[in-house]
Amino acid sequence: MLGRLTWDAIPFNEPIPLVTSAVLGIIILAVFGLITLKGWWRYLWDEWLTSVDHKRIGAMYVLLGLIMLLRGFSDAIMMRSQQAIAIGASQGYLPPDHYDQIFSAHGTIMIFFVAMPLVVGMMNFVVPLQLGVRDVAFPVLNSVSFWLTASGALLINASLVIGNFARTGWMNYPPLSELAFSPDVGVDYYLWSLQISGVGTLLAGINMVTTILKLRAPGMTYFRMPVFCWTALASNMLIIAAFPVLTATFLMLLLDRNLGMHFFTNDAGGSAMMYVNLFWIWGHPEVYILVLPAFGVFSEVVATFSGKALFGYRSMVLATLAICVLSFTVWLHHFFTMGAGADVNAFFGIMSMIIAVPTGVKIFNWLFTMFHGRVVFEPPMLWSIGFMVTFVIGGMTGVLLAVPPVDFVVHNTVFLVAHFHNVIIGGVLFGMMAGYNYWFPKVFGFTLDARWGKASFWCWFLGFYLAFVPLYLLGLMGMPRRLQHIPDPTWEPLLWVAELGSVVIFIGILCQAAQLYVSIRTRVSRRDRTGDPWNARTLEWSTASPPPPYNFAVMPNVETIDAFWEMKETGQHAARQTYEPIEVPRNTPMGLITAFFAVIIGFCGIWHIWWLAVLGLLAVVVTAAIFGWSEHRESEISAAEISRIEDARLRAVG
Amino acid sequence: MTAIDAAQPGLAPEQEYAGPSSTRTVVGYGFWIFLLSDIIMFSGLFAAYAVLWANTAGGPTGGELFDLRSVFIETACLLVSSYTCGLGALFAERQHRERFYIFSVLTFILGGAFLFIEITEFANMIGKGAGPSRSAFLSAFFTLVGMHGAHVTSGLLWQVYMVAQVAAKGLRPHVLRRLLCFSLFWHALDIIWVGVFTMVYLMGAR
Repeated sequence: MLGRLTWDAIPFNEPIPLVTSAVLGIIILAVFGLITLKGWWRYLWDEWLTSVDHKRIGAMYVLLGLIMLLRGFSDAIMMRSQQAIAIGASQGYLPPDHYDQIFSAHGTIMIFFVAMPLVVGMMNFVVPLQLGVRDVAFPVLNSVSFWLTASGALLINASLVIGNFARTGWMNYPPLSELAFSPDVGVDYYLWSLQISGVGTLLAGINMVTTILKLRAPGMTYFRMPVFCWTALASNMLIIAAFPVLTATFLMLLLDRNLGMHFFTNDAGGSAMMYVNLFWIWGHPEVYILVLPAFGVFSEVVATFSGKALFGYRSMVLATLAICVLSFTVWLHHFFTMGAGADVNAFFGIMSMIIAVPTGVKIFNWLFTMFHGRVVFEPPMLWSIGFMVTFVIGGMTGVLLAVPPVDFVVHNTVFLVAHFHNVIIGGVLFGMMAGYNYWFPKVFGFTLDARWGKASFWCWFLGFYLAFVPLYLLGLMGMPRRLQHIPDPTWEPLLWVAELGSVVIFIGILCQAAQLYVSIRTRVSRRDRTGDPWNARTLEWSTASPPPPYNFAVMPNVETIDAFWEMKETGQHAARQTYEPIEVPRNTPMGLITAFFAVIIGFCGIWHIWWLAVLGLLAVVVTAAIFGWSEHRESEISAAEISRIEDARLRAVG
Repeated sequence: MTAIDAAQPGLAPEQEYAGPSSTRTVVGYGFWIFLLSDIIMFSGLFAAYAVLWANTAGGPTGGELFDLRSVFIETACLLVSSYTCGLGALFAERQHRERFYIFSVLTFILGGAFLFIEITEFANMIGKGAGPSRSAFLSAFFTLVGMHGAHVTSGLLWQVYMVAQVAAKGLRPHVLRRLLCFSLFWHALDIIWVGVFTMVYLMGAR
């Protein structure tokens, strides 16, 4: 009846997960209690949970990413502490079985449930506003995408309490991840939660590409789009081209595990290396799916805080598209040691070096944008400059790793770990933090506190170097990744430096929490009444903060790059106009319902409760059929209402 | 030509862009992109088949298992169903409800026949001990062909649903948009099947 699910699934004999989940349970219950006590359920349901507004969905994506960052970071600091103390006679405090789950969960969560939601959320919020449109192409689908991502996050966190997580590393390579070597539910948690969130990501990508290619405001030709929209377009095209491969790969592994097939098994002709190839055909573009939007954020931030138009707009666009294409030609550099032969390795090595060229073009463009500009050192700009310094170092170690003989030496060492943290923290995370500080006033209508923001930046920045420069050194000294116990006592001092670095990053996270708290407490005095707190250049700043549900009372007419800057020059932005009623999509719980059934399907797939999984699938089909029958999906906002909202903003601008 | 445009040397003035496309275009376009992503998902399965097709692990090969005659009939059913589906879509656009029904029924029968032949083939193979867990080749075969079959099955369900919508609501713009997506889907299954027929059956039956 309940498949593999029994009381043994609850880890009663392991204090760490048990206490963690108890604390989490209490926090969740306390939050629910507070919401009930204050009577906020109605508001939450109407304004957020069932919302199909791209701004609300974008904000929820970012919130999901930030919460999961806490989870992923606690895994990280646990690993650093274990490695610092488990030396010589000491075994540390984490047994191997638990330690393996932690590094697997850390990687999986950081990539799929921190970086992806942050990136997708930011694109979701910003792109329609920058394009001058009222919503994405398919608003309800957008809500479904978000809730599917959230379902995946829920499932992966459920593994903390019920059962266990994979011990296979975040790439989940077979044959280790096959049934013969991982017979319990850990790998199934990995596969089902990523399949579900992967579908969500794919649908979000389709939505965003359609929006960018088909819905831009009048006059916004491709070469008038803000650079962030270009990078979002490239990133979402990569999502469409790469994520289905991951879905197919995980499907094959699921079939191996559940129907006894032989795609990646050791016996009956299976090929484990095929998994590795397929995984990285998704995995390398994924790197650019994450980092290209971050490049877009830096382009907006650097131009705004230098008071200048972006240097080399067209080369920036071409570099983005070049990276987009080249990203599919480098996947093999993740496993030079596979033994494909010198010719194959040489090809992928050279391609990997070539992809550094357009990235270099971008760095120079940002530098030349700052050159002779009036640079304002607000937190978004600090994150951007910190990125430029850090990312160049990460790029250089990347080019080093692209040389196959060097890669053979440092393959699977912490040198590699240091490299990809260097580009993902220094590139993606710094970009998302820049974007978070930059667009926060647009989302909520008040600015974030700059002092706490700067403190958090400096802690992250210094903490990053403290934590990862030692890993570069240790990698060169030969330390393999994923060690639960350190065999060589001479590594100890550097591991303690790395531990210190993770503590400094933790202080940075606390500063961010303080920044949010202080800003909310003083929000009245930080209100952004004009909608343009940074004297910015692109269309999202031409409407109120937070933007009204319809985004733009009158669709902007775009004549240049940096359309809003041009409007401010000519005084158009403060002009009063006549308004017409606007149709906006009506809220629907479709996304929430679909996600609910998706969780049931995933959970039952993991625990082999097949009858309920089939019922869940049927329920999804019925939900889609009911929605597919409906017709009136819009409601109207009257001209008088629009006039009232717009007048309030124009008074502040005027 | 404004200051900022002029600051980008060598830019030819671009054609003016009039603004957002019609709902029909947006819906069709979005669905098109979905189909592209679906084809990429299939490409992963095709790649797996190409890698594994010779790994029969001592079990039967494609040459021993495939009956090209029935596969040819199967293929003919699917290709003709695409034609009838196209005619149905044209009549729907012209508001010929009865002819739309006739061609929908034809499409359904042909699609159903395709599925029947496929299931019979699968059952025969499993009966001979050549099921998906026999060898890597058969895992790849059943997954690739079965995935296409699953798509045809959902296509048939979708078609019944669309006929019901036409019957209940008539051929109104939003129903026509959904029909457009359905016919795009059905034609895409044809394209994938051409790949399956060539790569799996013709090349594998040697």
